[in-house]
Amino acid sequence: DQVFHIVPETFQQVQHLQHLCSTLLLDLWKPQLPEDIRTGEDLHIRVPAPLVQEVKDSLDHHMISYKVLISDLQKLVDQSMPKERRSHRQVPEAYVYTQYHPMEEIYQWMTQIQKNNSELVTQHYLGKTIENQEMYYLQISQPSDKTKKIIWMDCGIHAREWISPAFCQWFVKEILQNYKSDPKISRFLQNLDLYVLPVLNIDGYIYSWEKDRLWRKNRSPHMNGTCYGTDLNRNFNSSWGSVGVSYNCSSEIFCGSGPESEPETRAVAQFIERKKNDILCYLTIHSYGQYILTPYGSTTKPPSNSEELMHVAEKAAAALMGKYGTSYKVGSTSLILYSNSGSSRDWAHMIGIPFSYTFELRDNGTYGFVLPVDQIQPTCEETM
Amino acid sequence: DIDDVGHKYYLELELEDVLDKDSTVNCTAEVLYHLGNKNIAPDVQFTLEGELKNADEADNIFYNRIKSLEKELVAENIPDSHGNVPPEMEPIRLLAWVASGYVIWQNSTENTKFQLAQIKHVKQVKRSDEYLEFDYMILLHDMVSQEIIPWQMTVLWHPQHGIQVTQDSRQPKHVSG
Repeated sequence: DQVFHIVPETFQQVQHLQHLCSTLLLDLWKPQLPEDIRTGEDLHIRVPAPLVQEVKDSLDHHMISYKVLISDLQKLVDQSMPKERRSHRQVPEAYVYTQYHPMEEIYQWMTQIQKNNSELVTQHYLGKTIENQEMYYLQISQPSDKTKKIIWMDCGIHAREWISPAFCQWFVKEILQNYKSDPKISRFLQNLDLYVLPVLNIDGYIYSWEKDRLWRKNRSPHMNGTCYGTDLNRNFNSSWGSVGVSYNCSSEIFCGSGPESEPETRAVAQFIERKKNDILCYLTIHSYGQYILTPYGSTTKPPSNSEELMHVAEKAAAALMGKYGTSYKVGSTSLILYSNSGSSRDWAHMIGIPFSYTFELRDNGTYGFVLPVDQIQPTCEETM
Repeated sequence: DIDDVGHKYYLELELEDVLDKDSTVNCTAEVLYHLGNKNIAPDVQFTLEGELKNADEADNIFYNRIKSLEKELVAENIPDSHGNVPPEMEPIRLLAWVASGYVIWQNSTENTKFQLAQIKHVKQVKRSDEYLEFDYMILLHDMVSQEIIPWQMTVLWHPQHGIQVTQDSRQPKHVSG
């Protein structure tokens, strides 16, 4: 990569340079934005190596004179980072919430989070996946003498929806970083406990890192190991197997051999069933599509508290939009998306949890499941 | 509902320029899904209320860059698992997006909702004329069935002559163990 120094002489040159920067997505070092490029003022642009020749050609063609400020950026970067720094790490590397993390790192993160916030956070065992991976949730609970209602949130029920576990981790971080200073959060924690399951479908998530990025289901073997995977979000005991499913293992929406046939489903369902009288709200995070979905998927008949459910969801969507203008559609799955049965959200509501929502995070299909890392932060911030 | 013919939808859309979010054009369209035979693409009529932005300069820069490559372009996994697209591959991705729009149109019914999920593989095919030709293997995601469908498409493009999908075929799903 090279860095060019240019001093535009005419307005036409400014226009051409602005155009070049935006069409080739060049990295402007100075000024920050193309609209701030001015005649007579220094312009520094970083040009990726494969584009250097064509940028030079374009500048020559438009008779814009330039100087190469840095002819080999990588060399400069390497020189500025002494090797010793990389091996003697005294300060532990802070966890990067704006990257996607493999399961091993998420396990380590959970341990660290509990260790660093032991006055508030405890890690609890839920069960084992079909491939014997241990499932844990984090409980964020401010010590108090009163029993508090619970908000449950799970992420990563579908392996390929990487932004979902990324959000659960972000959420935990935000709460723990701000509960002392943010009055909203501290009031929250005085009255509610938060239970967060960062990755529900651990085997599937690992598989999407190692073998098939667009894998969705879990990894349970069927038909003598010739076919794998049940869609965990069709496997719950809510009108199981009735609509929007397949009975064929080779389908992405295979509902399994029976309701709660999968260990992952059972682990979550058994826990929530036990605690259901204290659970106020069940949230399950997915992608993509930008929806806040209310029960039910299996029928268009509205739930008993449908007005209140919609009202809260609409407020949430409005708050979300207030951050970056991202628009989310709100409504019952069967009305605005498609019919499906056996979803965790439907099941949670059916056993009596009043507020039950599925969030489908960014985006609208442009990148879909492979949401770029630079969208992790804005997605998480607006969803907070 | 149009008896014995199919279902017609009347749409009002706002088109947004991918490279300039502030540039929008209104559009009205009529889409007719035919009854019965699912092998016919829906009829589409549309009217643009305004003009689409001119992309000649960017098109020519991309065209010249590919033309001047010593070896035919080959790439895979665009975007990669983390959503990254190297800047020089962005036009390749956009080309696939447009071409996949054609494939999606030809294969849509009232019960499908396709999106381009990823370019698995792209290979430039050498040509003796002025056109650029790319052989893509893409993955389409259908929101309704949640299936990931591999699809091969051959794309012809020229800055002044536009884009054509000269060949496309659905591929069998690779059954992974």
